[in-house]
Amino acid sequence: MTSGSLDIRPNAVAGPRLHNGAYREGTTSIRSDIEIPLQAPVLDSRRCGMKPLSTESLRSPVDFRGRRLVGSDTVTVDTNYICQEPAPVSSHQPTPPINSDSLRRLCGRLLSMTHQFPALSAAQKKDLHDTALRIVAPGKGILAADESVGSMAKRLAQVGVENTEDNRRQYRQILFSADERINGCIGGVIFFHETLYQHSDSGVPFVKMIRDRGIMIGVKVDKGVVPLAGTSGETTTQGLDGLSERCAQYKKDGASFAKWRCVLKISDTNPSRLAIEDNANVLARYCSICQQHGIVPIIEPELLPDGDHDLKRCQYVTEKVLAAVYKAMSDHHVYLEGTLLKPNMVTPGHACSTKYSPEEVAMATVTALRRTVPPAVTGVAFLSGGQSEEEASVNLNAINTCPLAKPWILSFSYGRALQASALRTWRGHKENQNAATEQFIKRAEAGVNSLACQGKYTGGENGGERGQHLYGPSHAY
Amino acid sequence: MTHQFPSLSPEQKKELSDIAQKIVAPGKGILAADESTGTMGKRLQMINVENNEENRRYFRDLLFSVEPIANSIGGVICFHETLYQKADSGKFFPQAIKDKGIVVGIKVDKGTANLSGTDGETTTQGLDGLSERCAQYKKDGCDFAKWRSVLKISDGCPSALAIAENANVLARYASICQQNGLVPIVEPEILPDGAHDLKRCQYVTEKVLAAVYKALSDHHVYLEGTLLKPNMVTAGHSCTKKFTPQEVAMATVTALRRTVPSAVPGICFLSGGQSEEEASLNLNAINQMPLLRPWKLTFSYGRALQASALAAWQGKPANKAAAQQAFSTRAKINGMASKGEYNPSGSADQSSMQSLYTASYVY
Repeated sequence: MTSGSLDIRPNAVAGPRLHNGAYREGTTSIRSDIEIPLQAPVLDSRRCGMKPLSTESLRSPVDFRGRRLVGSDTVTVDTNYICQEPAPVSSHQPTPPINSDSLRRLCGRLLSMTHQFPALSAAQKKDLHDTALRIVAPGKGILAADESVGSMAKRLAQVGVENTEDNRRQYRQILFSADERINGCIGGVIFFHETLYQHSDSGVPFVKMIRDRGIMIGVKVDKGVVPLAGTSGETTTQGLDGLSERCAQYKKDGASFAKWRCVLKISDTNPSRLAIEDNANVLARYCSICQQHGIVPIIEPELLPDGDHDLKRCQYVTEKVLAAVYKAMSDHHVYLEGTLLKPNMVTPGHACSTKYSPEEVAMATVTALRRTVPPAVTGVAFLSGGQSEEEASVNLNAINTCPLAKPWILSFSYGRALQASALRTWRGHKENQNAATEQFIKRAEAGVNSLACQGKYTGGENGGERGQHLYGPSHAY
Repeated sequence: MTHQFPSLSPEQKKELSDIAQKIVAPGKGILAADESTGTMGKRLQMINVENNEENRRYFRDLLFSVEPIANSIGGVICFHETLYQKADSGKFFPQAIKDKGIVVGIKVDKGTANLSGTDGETTTQGLDGLSERCAQYKKDGCDFAKWRSVLKISDGCPSALAIAENANVLARYASICQQNGLVPIVEPEILPDGAHDLKRCQYVTEKVLAAVYKALSDHHVYLEGTLLKPNMVTAGHSCTKKFTPQEVAMATVTALRRTVPSAVPGICFLSGGQSEEEASLNLNAINQMPLLRPWKLTFSYGRALQASALAAWQGKPANKAAAQQAFSTRAKINGMASKGEYNPSGSADQSSMQSLYTASYVY
């Protein structure tokens, strides 16, 4: 990651203060300021290319009282890492000024802080965090092209195409042949296992085609849902056996992130406590294993939109599910900055008779996330879950313009919502390939356009409050 | 639109949210003046003042009557006794405080109780009849409450039981408060006693706060109508390694970002034995951290706001103005620190630099 300058104006990352004292929350356009330019851990002098200093030349940094810091685990490093000049030893000295350079080194040192039985080294954490930021770089989303063989059968059947390996290959080729216009739209592509090892007609590996666009490669690693006995049709997700070895192999084969989908549904009795706890637990195990191999885990606890429940019920359940997910993440020592979340938007069930506006969907969604997803999570990339291409874009747009503070990067991880038009255009005919690719590029650009309206407020000093009144009082959510 | 078994109406939610926002309005923090009778005794003993009701009243009045602390103080936490005492002006304290535009709070826990089978760990009691007490406090002028749970770090602590039990009572307390229109301040204090370093404190703080917020979710607590009062992440008092305010700030903000949902409007740090100056400098550094902080980060200080004032007073009425000036100065400084705008000019005096650490601090 390049150094860049750190903006340490007070409240730089929290947004400007409005003159009536109201606290204007940060806009996502300020996000780039919070990317801490991380140095290699200062512990490792080889990577820094520095020679160990003799103890005579060692002057340890001083604290705010001007006292020399005692002992250090950074003994081989340049000691001016906290202050540019050493403060005189006097209790009346002001705190040495921080500049962006010293603060950068400070961040590097502190990110090397270990936990009790540390799961990851500072270097591993940095890699994971960097990768996560690249996948959801401002304005970019994820193409979920990881449909299993069974799922592809359904898709291809809709356009009258036989579900063969080569047809699946042809279809993915349509997506991956998109030109450089998608470089600014797509930050990552999720592959199904089979696709990772397929090539284009001209023999270029798909992985290479994607990587050459500067797009990160992800892989679906779960092995589908299995029933939870004693529940009312609920499931957990399998795939943990040998996951560590599989991750190591995927990493070698070019993947830098992974995806695992858990499924919950809403009904009178569901989701049950067991379903919530068990799915949260397997998600956390999966994350823990992925991170050991330098793979960023995308966490997907999907709440199905089936049913006649209203928006409120979906919000309530989403909050309970996400609270359990993040408690499990904490229990399993998962490094949150090196993860992404792929949640459902909060929507009413498909059979609900009440209709809601995109603004209501947005308010319910953002409120639920604010109550459960720690700010340390790098990004939230919504699934489309059966919404039409247009609906998914409109809702994402509304989420981005919702006047509540959103401390994570917001993005999309769409399958059908990006591919439907392309699939329909192709219909299995070679001569339709270019037109189909065009359709895909259009949807990708539309997705980005939904993200482009980030941080717009309804204007004025009380814009935040006024904006909230448009959507109904936020406290009602 | 209803939740499954909604615990609060939209009006109740709005009231709680408004109170919380008012307490942590930009540039403001909390004066924790809720020392129990026994604890006030220790304070007064240090300046050779007798621990009687009048002296306690006099000192609280000294603090509350300072003009214009409302610029830096958004809320005052009172002890039960103080709520029913009067200022020199003749007004009851809650009224006097409210008239300044400051929100009145009340400590509602009843101290710690041992957890058998642990290594000296505790939970906190006070849930019995809490609902009725909260209703009464609301009538008597309070709009927020405080409950302190205590955890400690050692080889075997905090245990899973201590974390789970304290998180649970905090959530029960929060739930009951909200039913009665009081904003609950949730205080899971991890004591600074011990030789552990900064990273251990950060690790433990993350585990404790994760448990606290899971419990709050389980108990259907309305997060937008709560405040958090955590320890800053610091090394233990007997740790040989020293850390700068920037390191304390980075560890603290990182721990909070990993555990505290952004729906929580404000985080008001306890000072936990830090000196007045240390507490201000650390808060300032926290508010200058180049990490996204979606909650207000301010103070809820007891000793770190009152030490100089107490030392200046010495129990003598003639020193009242000097004592008030000392308090006013610390309040202003911390108000600035809560915006990251504190520029220490180097004239910190002796008492503000003195560590206020007492081993295994109990209220």
